[in-house]
This record gives sequence, C-alpha cells and structure tokens, in this order.
Amino acid sequence: MFESLSARLQSVTARLRGKAKISEADLDVALREIRLALLEADVNFKVVKEFVARVRERSLGEAVLTGLNPGQQILKIVHDELVKTLGGERHTLQLEARPAVLMLVGLQGSGKTTTAAKLAVRLRREGRKALLVAADVYRPAAVDQLVQLGDQIGVEVHSRPVGTPALEVARSGLELARKRKLDVVILDTAGRLHVDEPMMDELVRITGKVTPAETLLVVDAMTGQEAVRVAEAFHARLPLSGLVLTKMDGDARGGAALSIRSATGIPVAFIGTGERTDGLEVFHPDRLAQRILGMGDILSLVERVQENVDREEAEAVAQRMFEARFTLEDFRSQLQQVKKMGPIGQVLQMIPGASQMAGAAQAAVDGGELKRLEAIIDSMTVQERRHPELIKASRRRRIALGSGATTADVNRLLKQFGEMQRVMKSFGGGRMPKLGGGLGSLLGR
Amino acid sequence: MFWRRSGAENAGEEPPPSTVARPRREPRGMGLRAQPSGLGARLRSILGGSVGGPAVWDEVEEALIAADVGPSTTLELVDAARRRIADAGAETGEAVRVALADEVRERLERAGAGSFELGPAPSVILFVGVNGTGKTTTIAKLGARLRHEGHTLILAAGDTFRAAAIEQLRIWGERIGAPVVAQRAGADPGAVAFDALQAAESRGVDAVLVDTAGRLQNKVQLMAELTKIRRVIERRLPGQPRHVLLVLDATTGQNGLAQAETFSREAGVTGIVLTKLDGSAKGGVAVAVADRLGVPILFAGVGEELEDLAPFDPAAYVEWLFAP
Repeated sequence: MFESLSARLQSVTARLRGKAKISEADLDVALREIRLALLEADVNFKVVKEFVARVRERSLGEAVLTGLNPGQQILKIVHDELVKTLGGERHTLQLEARPAVLMLVGLQGSGKTTTAAKLAVRLRREGRKALLVAADVYRPAAVDQLVQLGDQIGVEVHSRPVGTPALEVARSGLELARKRKLDVVILDTAGRLHVDEPMMDELVRITGKVTPAETLLVVDAMTGQEAVRVAEAFHARLPLSGLVLTKMDGDARGGAALSIRSATGIPVAFIGTGERTDGLEVFHPDRLAQRILGMGDILSLVERVQENVDREEAEAVAQRMFEARFTLEDFRSQLQQVKKMGPIGQVLQMIPGASQMAGAAQAAVDGGELKRLEAIIDSMTVQERRHPELIKASRRRRIALGSGATTADVNRLLKQFGEMQRVMKSFGGGRMPKLGGGLGSLLGR
Repeated sequence: MFWRRSGAENAGEEPPPSTVARPRREPRGMGLRAQPSGLGARLRSILGGSVGGPAVWDEVEEALIAADVGPSTTLELVDAARRRIADAGAETGEAVRVALADEVRERLERAGAGSFELGPAPSVILFVGVNGTGKTTTIAKLGARLRHEGHTLILAAGDTFRAAAIEQLRIWGERIGAPVVAQRAGADPGAVAFDALQAAESRGVDAVLVDTAGRLQNKVQLMAELTKIRRVIERRLPGQPRHVLLVLDATTGQNGLAQAETFSREAGVTGIVLTKLDGSAKGGVAVAVADRLGVPILFAGVGEELEDLAPFDPAAYVEWLFAP
C-alpha cells in the first residue's frame, strides 16, 4: 500500500529510461506519477506544483525529448531540481560566541530532548564542551529525562527546581556556562503548538534574554502537509537558523524537509537516525536527493566504511578473495566488519540498486541471522575454518550442538560459503566484484 | 520530591477527590477550535458558490491533500462526491461541500468511529505507536476519564526504554489517582505487563492501561517485542487485551498509513486515538486509515489538559473539517 518515494520515482524513470523517444504526452504521464509520488511522500502540495512545473519547463526547454536518452536526461533534471530544492550547501553551525547558545524548539514529540543529547555528543567529538539546559518546565519528567540522558553521555545538565519559569532556567544556565567557560549551551525547550500564542511569547522572551547563536527547529520526518505552516509560524516569531529532521531511520522519505526548505529557505542542518545518542548525522542535500531517486549514496557509504573498517584487514581479505584463498575466518571477519558499519538496512540504502534489499537484509540482522552465522563459525576449529571440506556429518553435529543451531543451519552456511567461493574464483584475474553481489562486495575495495 | 513517590504506595486508598472530581465538560464538537485556514474556507474560496469544472475539482483535490487525506483516498473521495452531485444535479459550491462531508462522515461511521466500552473487569488496554505521538499523555487523559466515570485502574509502566518515561507515568498516576506498576528502567516490558495484570486481579480493578515505548514500525525487532507483550497479556488473561489503541499524531502525513498497517499486523490494533488536533493539522491521514484499513477512530486529543480527550464524533469532526 505504501510505496516509498524512491521506489515510485525509480519505476517512473526506469520506464522513461527504456524509451528512445518521448512525446509530450509521455512526459505528462511521467510528471503525473512524479507528482503523486511526491505527494505520497508528504511534500507540500504547493511545493509539488512548482517542482513539477519547473521539471516540465526544463524538459521542454532543453529539448531533451528529441535528444539522446531522454529518460536519462529527465532523471537528471529531476535530480538537479531536488538538490536545488533541498539547498545546495550543507549548513555549518555558528559557534564562535563563548558560550554559543544553541536553542532547540518545535512541536510536542518531535524529539527535542533526544536531539539535545545527540548534539552534545557530536559537539564533544569536535572537542567542544557543552552544557545541557533543561528548560522544558511543563511536561512531567522532561527534566528527569534530560538529566538521565546527561548521565548516560557524561555531559553536565543544568536544571532548576519544579516551578522555576523557563526564562529563569535559561538565564541561569547561560550564567553557569559563562562561569565554567564552556563552549556551548544547548537549550532544550518545551514542545509547543505554533498556534499557542502565550507559549510562543515565552520563546521570544527567552531569545531576547540569551540571544541564541543558533535556533534549530526540530521536525519529525513523518510530518505531513502542516510542516510548512509550522515552520513558517515559528520562523515568524524567532529567527530560525536551521532544521533538525528527526526519526529519519523510519520509512518516511523526508518530504517535510523538501517542503520546509523550499517554502522558507531554512536549511536542514542535521538528521536524526536512531535512538542511540550517536544517531545524528550532518545533512547532505545532494546525497539525500540521490537516495530519494534510488541512485544510492556512495559518498556516505565510503565515509562509513572508512570510519569503521580496518583498512589493512579489508585489503588482506580482498587479496585472498581474488586468489581464491577466502576462508570461513575471512567470512567471519567480514561479518564483524559489516556489523560495525551500523544497521545493514541503512548501509544498503546507500548502494545504487540495493535499496530494495535493505528491508529484507535489516530483517535478517534484527532476527539474529548474522549472529547465528557467527556463532556457527565460532564453534568450528581453526582447521575446519580453513578447510571446510573437512566438515563431515559428525563434525556438523558437533558444530550445531556447540552453536545452538541445527545441522540444517550448518549445512546451509557451508553451502552458501561454497557458493561464495565459486563466485570469487570466477572473478579471478583481479577484477572487482560487482556491487550487490554478496557481502564481499561491501568490503572489497 | 513529592511526586517521585510511587503511585503504587497508594494502592487501595481513595485518591484525593480534587484531582478528578471536577465536573467534566463534554464540549460541543469535541472541543475543536475553528481555524480560519480550514478546508471549508478553502472550498468556499475555490468554489465561490458557482458551478464547478475540471479545474475546480483539481483545487478540491488539493484542499483534501492539504488536510493530509493523501492522494489515493482523495481521488476516491472526489470521485464519490462527483457521483453524488451528478445524481443530485446541482454542482454548486455548497453542494460540493455537503457531498464531500457526507462521504467522509459515512466512511468514518462505517469503520465504527467513537464507540469505546470497557469489558468485564479487568479490561486490558494496550497503547502502541511511534515515538512522540503522545502515548503516555493519552493514558493519563483516558485514565482521568475512566476515573471520573468511577472506574478503578492500574497503570503499567511498559515504556522501560525512554529516559524518565516511568517517572512521567508516575506523575500522571499521582494526579489521576491511579496506582502505577513499574519495574526499573530497561526491564522487560512483558514482565511489567504481567505484574500489572497480577496486581489488577488481586485488587479487582476495572481496567489496566499498559504504556509501551514508542517504536518506528520498520524496526522488526521492536515490533516483535510488541507482539510478545501482547502474547504475555493473552496468556495471562484469555480474551485480553480488550483494546489495542494506536496513538496517531494528527500532524503525521501519509506515513500514518504504514504505521496503522504494521501496528495492526503486529499488535492487532482495535482503534485509533488521534492526538494533537488542537494545532493546525487536520489529521486527514486518520480518515485514510479508517477508510482503507477499517480501523475506527475512538478518541481525539484536543488540548493539554487532562480533560482534553473527547470520544471521536464523526459528525463533529466533519463539521469542523468542512466548516463553511
């Protein structure tokens, strides 16, 4: 029932790609599909209208219909326009002031408190000392939540007794940060409706008192058509400097980001991608556009591999692969490296053509499939890992018993491994395996 | 701090009457405030009381899409409304408004909107949904309503993941006079539910309201955990949970459909609580959910106070959505 924006757009562009000639009527059919896809991804209807009109105009104006590969060219126009709509450059936080105040605002339940903790973790990695200030004085236990998160990540939290006005919490927090000579104050405010005048007034007063260097609007990626109105209402009262789009690890495609950026010009600074406190990523507009179009996000993948994979180990494994000396030990080390890169579903999203596999692969990991494979290999002797052909019936039974798996599981693993070895032999002469061709290809470079 | 005291220590005592005995106002039209930017206003400016045409219907489509009804359901609604009007013969702005409103109301009623009853004691109500939709607050509001009707309750702090979620539920328990069964943070939510059912039986309360951690519907492992919580309840008390309420944020767009679909499959959702209708969002995705999945909308969250939870009334909702 619910197709993702990228799946939808991919099918549109795939159809166009196959055609040698495209008539104006073909173009209109494709644009209608694109319009529906964007609307289903919750892009604001006004933004969609303008977007589709621009793509149409360019497609006709640049005479792509009569040129070579018209489908490919239309895809490129859609991509360019997406990037343009999302904003070309990434947003860098203005943190020159000492301390620089970073204020988080937004609707209830958008994820401000979690984002505050994630920001503190990220800033610390950059060598900045942050103070978290619990200025949500309304929601029951909101202060407790921030205090507990602060404990978890080892960042100091400033709070005041129940009943203290938010303005006073913010002011005293700033004072404390000055005294301690800290770099950044992260101000967590209460969720509020943009139509709630007294609550909006409170934010204006806090802004007047602590003059934030950055005021970030925290927006749930699942937000529908109201996203633009919400952002505009906050922006009308406060000078918003950026957006944080949360819950991007869900299956919403981020239409809200497209809408808000397009309607207000406020750049997306970060995206939240998980419940762990390190789940906050810098937003790259071009990469998101590619992900939306199903073109993959190779740059993010390469970065993630570089951050998490032991290069020498990967190269050694690749070498053995090409020489067909790939053993179950290598296979296990690959499994471990893949796990280090984070959720496999996210990783596959970044690979061109592999995004369709992402869900199934993530399900396999969540279901403990990787762990089971690892356990089976762990239960083998070194000799068996290097020479799996030794593993006959009685060894299989022992391995199954040792790993808590069934002999059928062991058989399946051995069969898959034999398959992998055969494929690798066929690569022989140093050619790289094609992407999407098994775990090895994730790490082959 | 006074509110840190566990509500469970008060078990069996009468709650302080002042917390719930205030006469409950059952506001007209579910307490929804009219918005100048409403669909009705849009429709009126589009149609201007004159005869429609293809271009006008496109605009009507846009108005529904702007209310988050979503493109597919919108097309269906518009087609159905056009048929109604063709039958009636007069394509005026008012006729279009009425036809659309009737079409939406009938679909909501068909799904069984607004009918909620506790079963034989103890009735177990499980609250599920993605992060940040207002599950804990909704438990407090529904709890306050049930307390006001004279029911006894137990709240189960099944969100053992989010920092301070247990404390948040305890504060609410204190305010509405309902004991809270909780374990420590990180505990198995199924075990918490089990404890709460045990306590409910031995104390003979009418209802158990079980909180759960927010989870995105594409997280397979977390959804499996939810299925397990449900199974624990089923095993301990056959025929329960009586209700599994999906708490849906009215600000949510078309992802709400995926939410409803997956939570229904994994946890057997019986009804929807549509929260945050006091903002400017129209909650149109709930119309799509009710229509396409047949899941009824049971309650609407319309404000920040404990009494701001109203039984969902399709006629009032449609009146508000299409207000002239």
